[in-house]
Amino acid sequence: MKIVAALFGVVIATLLTVAMLFTAGWVHPPILSTQAGFRGLALNQLTTPAAKAKLELANALPAAIEEGPPDGPKASEVYQNVQVLKDLSAVQFNTLMAAITTWVAPDQGCNYCHNPDNLADDGKYTKKVARRMIQMVQHVNTDYKAHVANTGVVCWTCHRGNPIPKYTWTNGEGYPQATGGFATTNRGMGHPSWANGSTALLQDPYGPLDSQASVVNVRVQPTRALPLNSNGPSYQDAENTYSLMIAMSKGLGVNCTFCHNSRAFWSWEESLPQRVTAWHGMQMARDLNVSYLDPLKDLLPAERLGKLGDAPKANCMTCHQGANKPLLGVSLAKDWPALGGTAAK
Amino acid sequence: MAMLNFERRYRVRGGTLVGGDLFDFWVGPFYVGFFGVTTFIFTAVGVAMIVYGAAIGPTWDPWAINIAPPDLKYGLGFAPLKQGGLWQIITICASGAFISWALRQAEIARKLGMGYHVPIAFGFAIFAYLTLVLFRPLLLGAWGYGFPYGIMSHLDWVSNTGYQYLHFHYNPAHMIAISFFFTNALALAMHGGLILSAANPPKGKPVRETEYEDTFFRDAIGYSIGTLGIHRLGMFLAVSAAFWSAMCIILSGPFWTQGWPEWWNWWLNLPIWR
Repeated sequence: MKIVAALFGVVIATLLTVAMLFTAGWVHPPILSTQAGFRGLALNQLTTPAAKAKLELANALPAAIEEGPPDGPKASEVYQNVQVLKDLSAVQFNTLMAAITTWVAPDQGCNYCHNPDNLADDGKYTKKVARRMIQMVQHVNTDYKAHVANTGVVCWTCHRGNPIPKYTWTNGEGYPQATGGFATTNRGMGHPSWANGSTALLQDPYGPLDSQASVVNVRVQPTRALPLNSNGPSYQDAENTYSLMIAMSKGLGVNCTFCHNSRAFWSWEESLPQRVTAWHGMQMARDLNVSYLDPLKDLLPAERLGKLGDAPKANCMTCHQGANKPLLGVSLAKDWPALGGTAAK
Repeated sequence: MAMLNFERRYRVRGGTLVGGDLFDFWVGPFYVGFFGVTTFIFTAVGVAMIVYGAAIGPTWDPWAINIAPPDLKYGLGFAPLKQGGLWQIITICASGAFISWALRQAEIARKLGMGYHVPIAFGFAIFAYLTLVLFRPLLLGAWGYGFPYGIMSHLDWVSNTGYQYLHFHYNPAHMIAISFFFTNALALAMHGGLILSAANPPKGKPVRETEYEDTFFRDAIGYSIGTLGIHRLGMFLAVSAAFWSAMCIILSGPFWTQGWPEWWNWWLNLPIWR
């Protein structure tokens, strides 16, 4: 009996060890790295040639499409029911329509949004959503230069040829909240997910990116020892922020030291300049979710909505898709002033 | 320092690894030997370089003095003296001094006809240091991955290097190392306490023999590891702590570049409940 138990133990231990040693994710030198900050401060980003190649493949660019000349009759004069792109020439308008098809619905074609018998018809929900999304892209490119700079975004940045961007989020994803017992107070923790980087932190950390507060403020570190105000951020707030930061890191394919000098996470003076860009990115994500994406729930059919009936929303991963600059910094918007892009000089 | 009256008995010639009789002598209480000389030279040069580094640096505040490794762009080559070259020289000196010290311990052990336990145990500490400033930089391809020499600056390095893996406490080797460090402290505290409780009684009370110590632990937890065993255990725990510390950092970077929490996906992906 003892021998059987011992053998059983050895087999189990061996199997677990094999699972650990051969788990996915191990790499080997050469390791590629970039250094930010002073030498020896260890503000480094690490990757491998294989991961870099994979990222470059995932950020391949769509077939180039040239925006038509702005001369000639306006689209609003030639076509009916043009509400947003009124000032474009008809040729410009048509090239943009072709581009949007390539970017968003290459397999489905024009009819994904349009009624082929009457292109001006607003019958399809996809057309109304697309119109709103064009406004959103213009808003991003003109009002969020602090985040997108002159690189800007176009539909492809998020869509990459998919009618629904590959990476969106809705409320109540992941492990369902318990309705009875002690687990009702687990505050969404203890369930490893993609967003929380397989930690025991909050599994659904995107709340601040969809809040009604006018500014996303997830800074929880006290700026002095022994905070005297008992109404300050709680332990849970800190864990939620940690979880959101992990989701952000993964979305951007970077580690904490891309923005922070971890000796003083809170200190802007000691942080890297990227932290400012990222801060504006959080504000932008919240604005886009609240002003543009949440309201789509009234347009979208039920199967497009999340478990709790909300519309799919954006987070860092939606655009960045694992690259600290979406599309590895290539600007498609510079060719599309119609979308608010800043033309290349 | 006067020599104790029994010490001369143990001051025998021979047992040296290098240098024969040349350095086989004592200075005061200290055995010199070839490796005593090399330890002294490496230490003197290294400390002088640290002082020089501090002198050309912006501060004499002992907390803030920072002698940093080169930028990553220098790879595994030499860097200019003021851009990390000093760090490289100090690293060579420190490695030389530590290894010399271990070999000097080995020579003393040979002289006395003892085992090499002390230099081997110290060797694990050297191994952990060399892992940080030599093996890991070699694997990653740049001396710039070494930690800076400075009281606060090396702590900042530890913090930032940890956050390169999002949450370093999920590093399995780090977990093992921490467990060994704590267990080591527990074992040492219990051992020290036990010896003092038996061998250091108040004035007028008798010293208790080994059997009392054994009986104390048998009564308490049903088992005493014994007088020799506790020292085997102590060496094992301490050496393991250093070894797994080295493992946790050599894995981070050369063999794992993501967040450490994701390593645990092997558990989530076990075929039983995947």
